[in-house]
Amino acid sequence: MGKLEGKVAFITGAARGQGRSHAVRLAREGADIIAVDICRQIDSVPYPMATPDDLAETVKEVEGLDRRIFAQQADVRDEAGLAAAFEAGVAELGPVDIVLANAGIAPLAVHETHGAWQDVIDVNLTGVFNTVETAIPSMIERGQGGAIVLTSSTAGINGIGGPSRGGLGYTAAKHGVVGLMRSYANNLAPHSIRVNTVHPTGVSTPMVVNDAMQEFLAQDPSLGNAMANALPVDMVEPVDISNAIAWLVSDDARYVTGITVPVDAGFTNKK
Amino acid sequence: MAGRVEGKVAFVTGAARGQGRSHALRLAEEGADIIAVDIAAQIDTVPYAMSTPDDLAQTVKEVEALDRRIIATQADVRDYDALKSAVDDGVAQLGRLDIVAANAGIFGHARAEEMPEQTWQDMIGVNLTGVWHAAKAAIPHIRAGGHGGSIVLTSSTAGLMPFENFAHYTAAKHGVVGLMRTLALELAPDFIRVNSVHPTSVNTDMIHNSATYELFAPDLPPEQRTKEVLGERFQTLNALPIRWVEPRDISNAVLWLASDESRYVTGVTLPIDAGSLIK
Repeated sequence: MGKLEGKVAFITGAARGQGRSHAVRLAREGADIIAVDICRQIDSVPYPMATPDDLAETVKEVEGLDRRIFAQQADVRDEAGLAAAFEAGVAELGPVDIVLANAGIAPLAVHETHGAWQDVIDVNLTGVFNTVETAIPSMIERGQGGAIVLTSSTAGINGIGGPSRGGLGYTAAKHGVVGLMRSYANNLAPHSIRVNTVHPTGVSTPMVVNDAMQEFLAQDPSLGNAMANALPVDMVEPVDISNAIAWLVSDDARYVTGITVPVDAGFTNKK
Repeated sequence: MAGRVEGKVAFVTGAARGQGRSHALRLAEEGADIIAVDIAAQIDTVPYAMSTPDDLAQTVKEVEALDRRIIATQADVRDYDALKSAVDDGVAQLGRLDIVAANAGIFGHARAEEMPEQTWQDMIGVNLTGVWHAAKAAIPHIRAGGHGGSIVLTSSTAGLMPFENFAHYTAAKHGVVGLMRTLALELAPDFIRVNSVHPTSVNTDMIHNSATYELFAPDLPPEQRTKEVLGERFQTLNALPIRWVEPRDISNAVLWLASDESRYVTGVTLPIDAGSLIK
């Protein structure tokens, strides 16, 4: 029997990359999934974002595991739209036990747009806030506890990412997620709702493995060098982050809250 | 279904009871064979009854009941030669070494300015030097395997935050973090991962004794220091509404860190602390 049998997980950014991996990993442990993703482009993002087809693929993979999934296009910046998707998902699958605020962008480009700062703050920080705010009233009301994992980054605990508007915004947003996590962990502890962050190093996903990111890293070699891991691996895989999350949201970690979990091949320790 | 550490061998210090026994059992449940050591004797400056040879024998019995092999040796982690012999002997019999749970530890309390010299020395010897000894004895065997490994050092919330009344313990547990961080760097090229776990109060004999109860309830006469009353005081340390965590909660974290599920996690401090650190 899976460790998450009978649970429902709300996952943002679930169309591909880490979000899809989380959906599949949690489904393997028995969870049903409410999946949202913007599935369209944001102007300042220099790589192709997810599409409706990507989200459909996530649905197919979760259903292939004989779990239920409710998927809807929603933008984490739009609190009302996100809430509507959440409520429709709950109506179909039942109340949510697990929240993964995973949706994120990396508007890191050699020729960045002026809007890069605001876009990354809106998605990577305000979007996380909107996600948690959307989910917690029903979790508190239900009184069964729960687990929330916010996706931060090594850039949430280190001053990396360079001097660009997008890089600074990314680092500021991911640091901000840690502040949100710590406050939510304290506020929600009386309700036995646990809140933690994960901090990946570079993950092999379309957000990192794309021409724009390669160009961005190439124009300032110190950036790439500063991102070298301690373990002899260039990147980790989405499933490595999913495995950390699967532990954090399971009863194996029933008394773990308020912590930052790097999955970073020793990157942070090496700094 | 294959266990999460199937076919691996784990070296556990302080394995006679408490968290150490729990780690041995949890890892054995998931398929590991165990090299167990414990002092199984009293240290004069420790103000509660320490483990016994019978306790260590019980760990052996419970691991064997899971159909796993266990080589258990009475050894003091302060004595490097004895510890090395125990590990060498265990590896000779079990064939390999993949995982270390450097768990052996003691507790006590005194104001720093009043602490006897020997109390300090014993604490640093067991809780810091003993952890280094465990890693030092294990590393050549893990490296010889050629497929990496995982070393988990038991620190404490007191390894990341200050507490009054046990400077020796807090200093040792902070020291474990420095040791972990250095080992993580030194061993990364060999894919040997090193992390620390940071429990809040754990429901073991190390907290349930009259000396620790005195620390938490000095205002009450000894007869009123019941488990119930003390539970309320322990709970004030935690953000989650619980008194303490169980040994198995720490074991589940150790198991995750020992398994390939965390194959790229190294140099990390992992609290299992019911929110104690952020409260």
